[in-house]
Amino acid sequence: MTSTINSAEFRANNLKTTLVLGVIAVVLAILPWALGHFFESGNSWLRAVDFALLYIMLALGLNIVVGYAGLLDLGYIAFYAVGAYTFALLNSPHLQAVIPEWLFQPNFFVMMLIAAFVAGVFGVLLGSPTLKLRGDYLAIVTLGFGEIIRIFMNNLDRPINITNGPQGINNIPAVQFAGYDLGRPIEFLGVSFEKIHLYYYLILAMCFFIIFVSMRLQRSRIGRAWVAIREDEIAANAMGINTRNVKLLAFAMGASFGGVAGALFASFQGFVSPESFTLMESIMVLAMVVLGGMGNIPGVILGAVIVSITPEILRDVINPLQQALVGRKVVDPENLRMLIFGLAMIVIMLVRPAGLWPSKQRRAELAPKTKTISQQENDSLQDAERNHD
Amino acid sequence: MTEVLLSISGINKRFGGLHALSGVALSINKGEIYGLIGPNGAGKTTLFNVLTGLYQPDEGQFTFNGKDLFRKKPNVVVEAGIARTFQNIRLFANMTALENVMVGQHVRTHTGVIGAVFRPPKARAEEAAITLKAETLLAYVGIADRAEELARNLSYGDQRRLEIARALATNPQLLALDEPAAGMNPKETDDLKKLMEKIRDDGVTILLIEHDVKLMMGLCDRIAVLDYGKKIAEGIPELVKNDPKVIEAYLGVAPE
Amino acid sequence: MDIFLQQIINGLVIGSIYALIALGYTMVYGIMQLINFAHGEVVMIGAMVTITCINFLLGHHFNLSGPALLLVGLLMAIPVSMVLGYTIEKVAYRPLRRAPRLAPLITAIGVSIVLQQLAMLIWGRNYRPFPAILPTEVYSIGGASITQVQVAIVVLTLLLMAGMYFLIEKTKMGRAMRATAQNPEVAKLMGVNVNHIISMTFVIGSALGAMAGVMVAANYDQAHAYMGFMIGLKAFTAAVLGGIGNLGGAVLGGLLLGVIESLGAGYLGDLTGGVLGSNYKDILAFVVLILVLVFRPSGLMGERVAERA
Repeated sequence: MTSTINSAEFRANNLKTTLVLGVIAVVLAILPWALGHFFESGNSWLRAVDFALLYIMLALGLNIVVGYAGLLDLGYIAFYAVGAYTFALLNSPHLQAVIPEWLFQPNFFVMMLIAAFVAGVFGVLLGSPTLKLRGDYLAIVTLGFGEIIRIFMNNLDRPINITNGPQGINNIPAVQFAGYDLGRPIEFLGVSFEKIHLYYYLILAMCFFIIFVSMRLQRSRIGRAWVAIREDEIAANAMGINTRNVKLLAFAMGASFGGVAGALFASFQGFVSPESFTLMESIMVLAMVVLGGMGNIPGVILGAVIVSITPEILRDVINPLQQALVGRKVVDPENLRMLIFGLAMIVIMLVRPAGLWPSKQRRAELAPKTKTISQQENDSLQDAERNHD
Repeated sequence: MTEVLLSISGINKRFGGLHALSGVALSINKGEIYGLIGPNGAGKTTLFNVLTGLYQPDEGQFTFNGKDLFRKKPNVVVEAGIARTFQNIRLFANMTALENVMVGQHVRTHTGVIGAVFRPPKARAEEAAITLKAETLLAYVGIADRAEELARNLSYGDQRRLEIARALATNPQLLALDEPAAGMNPKETDDLKKLMEKIRDDGVTILLIEHDVKLMMGLCDRIAVLDYGKKIAEGIPELVKNDPKVIEAYLGVAPE
Repeated sequence: MDIFLQQIINGLVIGSIYALIALGYTMVYGIMQLINFAHGEVVMIGAMVTITCINFLLGHHFNLSGPALLLVGLLMAIPVSMVLGYTIEKVAYRPLRRAPRLAPLITAIGVSIVLQQLAMLIWGRNYRPFPAILPTEVYSIGGASITQVQVAIVVLTLLLMAGMYFLIEKTKMGRAMRATAQNPEVAKLMGVNVNHIISMTFVIGSALGAMAGVMVAANYDQAHAYMGFMIGLKAFTAAVLGGIGNLGGAVLGGLLLGVIESLGAGYLGDLTGGVLGSNYKDILAFVVLILVLVFRPSGLMGERVAERA
């Protein structure tokens, strides 16, 4: 379809896209009521959906680093943590006495910018020592950074109490938005919106913004430079791309998405503590990206939804099923659901090695993994550089 | 009136104990096709990599168009106006042909993150110009119809062409080609020769490494011969061909 | 008691266990360029099976001495781990050998989760104490003390490493392994059964892992379904520190990491005037790792490892 796109077909496609988007919009708009209507525990489901949206943002952020730029990051959750703690420190009474008044509880948009910026700075800080590392060395160092950040959060209650240690920071107020406090129910057109509903819309809106940014970046000069580095770093450099800066930019952008998600998380949750930011969380976000289809935005979104919602569904399904089949509780449902979840990860990867919804490039990529001549040359070049440095 | 575009002198490059280049000096004039030949292991590719910034020489001078490029990174070298292709084709395999050429324009364009996200008119115009130029270049090298194909799926000859288009996208003054005719049949080689002449006629100087001596003799304005990391001859093809040192290097014996 | 010497000894003991586990990571990585994330779980299963086995024997009044009980336990745990390692490779990695690079990483994580949850279903959520069957005698060296168990750990580790060296360098299978690590395609052409070699690598690594698991449990007097994660992480860090893919590097990295951690736990508070306490010792391991990699991007003893992005 390179040259002859039938214009009628094109319009039909356009119409179809518009229709699909319209349906999605309606579904997302009424989702909170639908959940409340169909499920007894509608609010806990809505909570799960809110978290799924946060995970979409995280997965899209990590997708920039891993999917586009090809840098395997196993400590990504650190940036979520940085965003969350930034929000907590600036909004909770915890540090009110020390923080200058003009910086305390900033306006929502300012707050999001601060969270994105601080996380982005951390992205550059943690990214810069890793620039020379590749592949699995990079993975283990980023993992190390993730753990370092978590351990600091766990222990920075002494000598000066900044993070309040393992207890974490609480009393984080809800977001103030256009004069409304999202922590209290709001009446609108005779309908009462609870906090969990309001946050749903807020997180959804931010999530759409992140998707939008992701899409724009992908189809841009910057996005192409990232993919070029993933494909062949030496060639990218030889085509004039400043690989160091462009990689750092990928770290910074990915981190800033994480920072925004973290800030929303802190305010939604009302408290933050280090245990939300374990290595397992980093691995889960990576699983979302890879399971869904690295580099492909719809795939990554799908991966995030599946990985975050499946355990919740299993939670509701397993116990009744067990009762019905055996008549009593044989095994701990908590273990069983994680067991099934683990199995599902294995099976999906075995059946669809490129992810559930890969980009068309990735689908074509299932080629033999033997070392090509250019890779060998690559090795010798890197050797030469190292000898020289 | 000849004008020197690139000049190096006293270039030394060692890998551990191996003295890959010793005291190499040469200069390339504007508008010529300059060939680099030599037996296997003579240091051609090492010199090529030094000239394109991939290897940092240990000592020497390297100026290009009045700029000092000694021990500069590849991206700086590209910005100064030297573009290259690779002996073993190194395209961005999972990007389309068009995208490969678009990446080549990275160094001459400016849109950053803000521009990419909010697409102000300036960014839009730049993006449109990038696409247009990429299409033009694909047509220039003769593979316009493969624009949407992934680079990995192109035929060998088309991949070579795409690499040249990608290098041209950086707006080079000097195009450095590392064995572009390797693995080509006579027809493809002939087409390639025409393409190189066209590029030269359009004002881009060419540095060429090639094994095909016949091709080199017919194409190059001047040729340098490397052997054991030293330049043993330089000049117009006729002279170089009959130089006893060159014959010895290739045949292993001095001519009678 | 000499605290410095004591910390060194403790560090060498735990470090030799790290080294043993790191061998499993590094062998697999050397041959397949794969992080076998599930290796830590194999270690954990080895410890759990041994404990269960010893408890069973104790419960049925077998009149065996402590070391004999341990030996029987090990003889049960090692085959279980070997079968486990073999199965993991066959089910989760082999079908993905030609898949994108990160796919086997995700199945590895999946296997890891499955094994953890299975262990919880079988052995419960609580810590399992290591049966008090081993001698508790303590030796004293220059003011520091070392238990008999710790001596046994170090001696056994040294023996196992010598055995590994012999296996890799002197036997036909070892040669085939090295050839496969260099270039699987060419090894295949030269008549090496690459699939078999890869299986054997997992089996051997798992056997070492099972023994290491028992050592961990004996050293800390307990085992837990989640223990594999942290110990696996440390051991993998050790493997990278030494230069992943390099057996000597794994040993060096393991010992170094053990000693650094141990010294860190002992002195970090004093060195920083109480600002950073011993709860930062886990950071120390990573800080050292990062510093080493910044200056030596392929680890202390690493050769260049081919990048296969």
